[in-house]
Amino acid sequence: MSKTIKLRKGLNIRLKGKAEPVLETAPPAELYALKPTDFPGLTPRLSVKQGQVVKAGEPLFYDKYNPEVLYGSPVGGTVFLINRGERRKILEVVVKADAATGAADFGSADPLSLDEAAVREKLLSSGLWPLIRRRPYGVVARPAEKPRDIFISGFDSAPLAPDYEFVLKGQEKQFQTGVNALKKLTSGKVYLGLPAGSGNHLLGQTKNVEINYFDGPHPAGNVGIQLHQISPLNKGEVVWTVNPQDVVFIGRLFETGKVDFTKIIALTGSEVLRPRYLKTTLGTRLCPILEGNLKTDGNQRIISGNPLSGKKIICDNFLGFYDSQVTVIPEGDDYEFMGWANPGIDKFSASKTFLSSLFPKKEYELTANLHGGERAFVMTGQYEKFLPMDILPVYLLKSIIVNDLDKMEQLGIYEVVEEDLALCEFACTSKIMVQDILRKGINIMMKELG
Amino acid sequence: MKALRNFFEKTQPYVQKGAKYHWLHSTHDSFFTLAFSPKHTSKSGSHIHDNIDLKRTMSFVILALVPALLVGMYNVGYQHYHAIGEFAATSFFNVFLYGLIKVLPVIIVSYVVGLGIEFMFAQMRGHEVNEGFLVSGMLIPLVMPINTPLWMVAIATAFAVVFGKEVFGGTGMNIWNPALIARAFLFFAYPAQMSGDKVWIALKDGDKVIDGFTGATPMADAAAGNIDFNVFDAFIGLIPGSIGETSTLAILLGAIFLIVTGIGNWKIMLSTFIGGAVMGIILNLSAGVEGLSPAAAAYFSMPFWHHFVLGGFAFGAIFMATDPVSAAQTDTGKWIYGFLIGITAILFRVVNPAYPEGMMLAILLMNTFAPLIDHYVVQGNINRRLKRAKVAA
Repeated sequence: MSKTIKLRKGLNIRLKGKAEPVLETAPPAELYALKPTDFPGLTPRLSVKQGQVVKAGEPLFYDKYNPEVLYGSPVGGTVFLINRGERRKILEVVVKADAATGAADFGSADPLSLDEAAVREKLLSSGLWPLIRRRPYGVVARPAEKPRDIFISGFDSAPLAPDYEFVLKGQEKQFQTGVNALKKLTSGKVYLGLPAGSGNHLLGQTKNVEINYFDGPHPAGNVGIQLHQISPLNKGEVVWTVNPQDVVFIGRLFETGKVDFTKIIALTGSEVLRPRYLKTTLGTRLCPILEGNLKTDGNQRIISGNPLSGKKIICDNFLGFYDSQVTVIPEGDDYEFMGWANPGIDKFSASKTFLSSLFPKKEYELTANLHGGERAFVMTGQYEKFLPMDILPVYLLKSIIVNDLDKMEQLGIYEVVEEDLALCEFACTSKIMVQDILRKGINIMMKELG
Repeated sequence: MKALRNFFEKTQPYVQKGAKYHWLHSTHDSFFTLAFSPKHTSKSGSHIHDNIDLKRTMSFVILALVPALLVGMYNVGYQHYHAIGEFAATSFFNVFLYGLIKVLPVIIVSYVVGLGIEFMFAQMRGHEVNEGFLVSGMLIPLVMPINTPLWMVAIATAFAVVFGKEVFGGTGMNIWNPALIARAFLFFAYPAQMSGDKVWIALKDGDKVIDGFTGATPMADAAAGNIDFNVFDAFIGLIPGSIGETSTLAILLGAIFLIVTGIGNWKIMLSTFIGGAVMGIILNLSAGVEGLSPAAAAYFSMPFWHHFVLGGFAFGAIFMATDPVSAAQTDTGKWIYGFLIGITAILFRVVNPAYPEGMMLAILLMNTFAPLIDHYVVQGNINRRLKRAKVAA
């Protein structure tokens, strides 16, 4: 049964530059790319050579340790460049789009009429499988495992996040088809989390799912928080999570037989001239989108994703695989005279030590500046206020720092990924790199315990 | 401002590793970051960060200490002029000025010695200078009796910084509250100079004391069964005692500031007072027990809430027990920790007349036990998770 879950812990960071509900089609980018670095823990093996023609959905690379997991090309075209980094690590596989090449046909089918193996097979062969991620660890699902449940968060509460009510409008049917396909993959339930109090929700009529409503500040929209509240993950269990636009991708595959990675992203941030929604394609090069849309003074930080847990990129880079948002904020790389003593009318803070806390509605411009030096853990009780989970974040982080596998497991490392602790990092007085530490811990767990 | 920044930027190359003045590196860095918030931006993880940093946090604690400091200064003058019987003839300003002149050297000694050691350690370890001592350096003078010789303040500060903090790795790593370590060091190393009736009132050798004046703190009197202090005076802070601990009113002002800004933990403050009240009531109820000496019985039966305005109870509860590093770190742990401080402080104070000031020892004792308290809270969290897994399976 659906229920409303009220969350008190958390924080909505009120940033300037939220996307206006205006949808435009982004100028087509010539180049699109898949980045193996978007998939933590992946060891990629190339399926293509430079200059080879690929259709959309045909694999660009696959997972060395799970060779059936293919990473499909977002567009049809020719492989333009394989960008390698240190020790020939593959950073990007770039495809030059060519409308004539089109998309590979995997055959349409109603997922309700298929059995589980057929649904799996279709997702694997079409290169859509990596859209499904697993907890523990927040990495691409393993084809051999059967998830306890599948969780979809139907909203994003991160700062400046896109409004899925707007993004998914007109795609409810594909969403439903996607959900039907996912339902086949688990013997448990498919859960859909929606924001409370929005009246008639776009996805509120979705079938084959259990809908729960969440009321509260960020991170209420994080799928990890939702699954912890509904049915927490225990040792030995696996659940899968899928982003709502990615459910639509899956739905399209089953309806048309072809992959169609057209998605709507929010172009946001205080450095964007007209924050709005853009229709584009997964993996697009960002220059065509950003050019002419940014303010021109000062250094800027371009982020694929939201400002709390997105990745720092440059204009010449490509949209991250799971991202539905591009944010541009000032870099903020300059000194501030006696910054620590500023009364702070225009400085946002989760603490109540700035006058800004007297204005609960105002929106602020935040830069990428750290606002202080890095220190040891000094303040306590700070992180707990921003994590609506029965987890002791500081103790978990300390167990990672000292590399204590037993403690990490006992303190709940299976239940969290970086985005869940991102607010702690934001609010930290000591400027501790919470997300880096957590990923390090997850990597150790994967390496040691598989 | 521009010139100042240019100065810092131009001198920076000279303090880099391998340069001639590298030994000044952490000094340069600390003054530079004090004057200008650094331009570091986030490299990975969250791109945006809260505006608060440790400098601001610590300076807010110092702001919260200001009322206690000012009343403390006035009280030093007040006690002095009362002792020599000239209070009525002295202006408010002169009373305060006397206190200021007496207190300022203690503060300066504490900061110079403490910060000097901090800078040295930061340089040796290649760290940035930690802000923790900004608060400790103010707390140390405030818990000293006014007549503590400056050399003793210096030794106590050095001991506190080195053995109370740096041996553990600096701010954030220490087990005990450094300011209390300084106080405890003096208490045990120089008991003759640190107790009795002479240390609480600033007097020169030549000063003539009026008849009947003892200079004992009301708490020492109370321990001797001699309870005749005025509760209102004690609340305002016009009683003999350590410099900053006497005025409960000023301390409460600081407490309100700390709670409103969220810097101080209200759970610890409240639970400490609850613990003190519970123990006070227990003592009240057992005042009639047979075998108590008349003095003890009198102290036992003192209304429990009078304890809050005496000695260092309020000061300890608001400023010392709440030190985030040495206190319990879990929310549940904080309630237990504060409660036990309240209980033990009043217990030590009343039942063991050898230590009239129980608060200091109570907090140090609970600092010691804080990791243990936390351990059980953390274990509780772990067990909940295990139990959940069993139910599911």
